[in-house]
Amino acid sequence: MSYLPLILLVILVLIVAAVIVTLSSYIGRKKTSASKLASYECGVPIKDSARKNFSVKFYLIAILFILFDVEIIYLYPWAVVYGDLQLYGAAAMGVFFLLLVIGFLYEWKRGALEWD
Amino acid sequence: MELYFFLFFAIVAVASSVAMILQRNPIYCVLLLIMVMISIAGLYLMLDAQFVAIIQIVVYAGAIMVLFLFVIMLLNLSREEGGVFRIQKPLAVLLAALLFLPVAAMVMSYAGGGTTPPADGGGAGFGEVEQIGTLLFTKYLLPVEIAAVLLLIAIVGAVVLTRKGTVSVGE
Repeated sequence: MSYLPLILLVILVLIVAAVIVTLSSYIGRKKTSASKLASYECGVPIKDSARKNFSVKFYLIAILFILFDVEIIYLYPWAVVYGDLQLYGAAAMGVFFLLLVIGFLYEWKRGALEWD
Repeated sequence: MELYFFLFFAIVAVASSVAMILQRNPIYCVLLLIMVMISIAGLYLMLDAQFVAIIQIVVYAGAIMVLFLFVIMLLNLSREEGGVFRIQKPLAVLLAALLFLPVAAMVMSYAGGGTTPPADGGGAGFGEVEQIGTLLFTKYLLPVEIAAVLLLIAIVGAVVLTRKGTVSVGE
């Protein structure tokens, strides 16, 4: 059972979180007023609903992030065994990286990283 | 002990999947899908696939769910409406049943002890990052490079699809 400390940590975190939330809801003082119960106690007043279409730009940034996130996954086991693979490993990852750098340069030059 | 952990993760995975399908609010669906991903990561961990388990949490529960959320925000799906999927529903049931059959057949063929795992659990260091790294960059180098090409295609596709005809709402 090598994961026993991890499981204990998960249980401990759940207990601490539950205790903090329950205690503060029982012990905490509740003095409410209209402005205190507003969604934003300070800052600009709410203009209209948040349920509206978001720009596709958010999606583009998210998907580009995920693609390079997947690239990093390959990098991690490669880095662990780099000492054994030596030059061969560097060449293998070099080809892998080159393909993705082409993609990176493409999105950069096409202005996909620009916000407007 | 191991059986109890398997039952826990399996029940959580199935229950959250069912709840996700029955849930009408798309945001809650995404949150429940995160529960499914995490419990599947637990199952991977029990199969000595530590690396896959962590990747499952980092990439699926983290990044891909964010993408799902962005798609929901992009499409402005506040609540799923009842009559929208009238034609798709029987089709989905049929496809799901067709997919279920081979999976069930496979499980049944294993149930009789068709293949048993190696007694030593695949040897020392099985499922660890060293072994995965060595295999990825020696035996399975070509699939890895093909994966890079696939990622490149996805980058180009995303840029091309979102670049032209972008209508910005708000601001």
